[in-house]
Amino acid sequence: MGAATPAAGSPPTKHPRHLLDLAGWTAEQVHALFDTSDVMAQVMTRTIKKVPALQGFTVGTLFFEDSTRTRLSFERAARAQSADVISFAAGGSSVSKGESLKDTLKTIDAMKSDLYVVRHPAAGAPLQLTRWTDAAIVNAGDGRRAHPTQALLDAYTFRTSFPGYAGFEGVELAIVGDVAHSRVARSNVELWTKLGARVRLCGPRTLLPDELGERPGVTLTHRVEEAVEGAHAVMALRLQTERMAGGLLPSLAEVRERYQVNRARMRLAHPDALVMHPGPMNRDVEIEGVLADDPRSVVERQVANGVPVRMAVLYTLLVGSR
Amino acid sequence: MTLNPKATLMDAQDLTRALTRIAHEIIERNKGTDGLALVGIHTRGVPIAERLAELIERFEGTRPLTGKLDITLYRDDLTEIALQPIVRKTEVPFDVSGMRIVLCDDVLYTGRTARAALDALVDMGRPGVIQYAVLVDRGHRELPIRADYVGKNVPTSRSEVIKVRLEETDGADGVELLELVDA
Repeated sequence: MGAATPAAGSPPTKHPRHLLDLAGWTAEQVHALFDTSDVMAQVMTRTIKKVPALQGFTVGTLFFEDSTRTRLSFERAARAQSADVISFAAGGSSVSKGESLKDTLKTIDAMKSDLYVVRHPAAGAPLQLTRWTDAAIVNAGDGRRAHPTQALLDAYTFRTSFPGYAGFEGVELAIVGDVAHSRVARSNVELWTKLGARVRLCGPRTLLPDELGERPGVTLTHRVEEAVEGAHAVMALRLQTERMAGGLLPSLAEVRERYQVNRARMRLAHPDALVMHPGPMNRDVEIEGVLADDPRSVVERQVANGVPVRMAVLYTLLVGSR
Repeated sequence: MTLNPKATLMDAQDLTRALTRIAHEIIERNKGTDGLALVGIHTRGVPIAERLAELIERFEGTRPLTGKLDITLYRDDLTEIALQPIVRKTEVPFDVSGMRIVLCDDVLYTGRTARAALDALVDMGRPGVIQYAVLVDRGHRELPIRADYVGKNVPTSRSEVIKVRLEETDGADGVELLELVDA
């Protein structure tokens, strides 16, 4: 038999040097990244969960906003490939101004990293950092703008969990909740439409920006039933309770009543539809607690896939740059 | 830089004869097929391992286990990768511990691929014995590595290129010597 798997053909163009968002990545490059993720996932099933692929590289994690799981996932991904890791975590308030961001980077950059994983409350901060360092930058979330590795692991989870739709043609994804404040939603819209899926965004009027509906392949609705009907995957977004104070949401009761992803609503979806959530979950608020533990739920798989997908991202950006 | 064909080193028949001899040698050296497994290194080592397994089955009545090894994550010579690096799946569907493993590849040159393959293999367990079979040994070793089974020894210069073609990957069998020249 031929050694080449169907997706192993080399993509025709060079991938971008940074991963700030998914705009510069072609569907082919994303699928190649997923093929690499398959290999990385296999490494993580072995007794020795480590390969020397990134030996001699240093990965810096710069988190200007709280995060545990994303940072741990990136650090695991770096160490599983024998890269060294240096970590910097700052409380959001002390280093949010442009000038101190530069100073912080300059200080850490003096310790020589090849790639930085950056999370920052300000949209565009990772792009700004690319101007101040020669290292590659991976955006781990900037404001409401983008969270590309979350979208990649979501789509990868779909690709590996929904047989017959790995090519994403004809796939319908529903994203339900506070779309307006969600970088996860924005990155998923960008990625899934690029891969050939259609995306339905659903939320209360105040949390559903009209401009997202202007993208090809995207539809907006205020009715969950409409969003979920026939969908292959339903993604509930975390309700950021801190937003409640701003008056954008009437009440928890209304969220539950009108926008909760639950078993009753899932009956309208495709019979094999997956239930997704980027975490952390507010059980029985945006997602019914029982549904989160249902076999249809791939929430834990999303977390597990974070490591191989981020391994593939680090590998592709670092080895591709050598 | 262009590649000019220089000589045909092996035709389809030569290639089959060489693999047949190697299959016999493997059986002889390992006293049969007990605990024997052939692991091909991507890309062309994979069909070579399959063919050797087939031949061994024909001679002994038992087919040895086979696997595929991708060594990309273990390489030390990733100097220039033009596009997105491609990593392929490693498929070794058995426990290598205690096994008699024969690594299979098309060409032995610097020995760096074999070194990486050894690292990749021992990360999966502790094989009893690891042997190494290649279709062509072209010399110019950069590491203390040698093959246990060699189809053909070919003295080459560094400006020459060995092109192995296999039915499974290239549509036809044969080994050619080419020369790299400044066009």
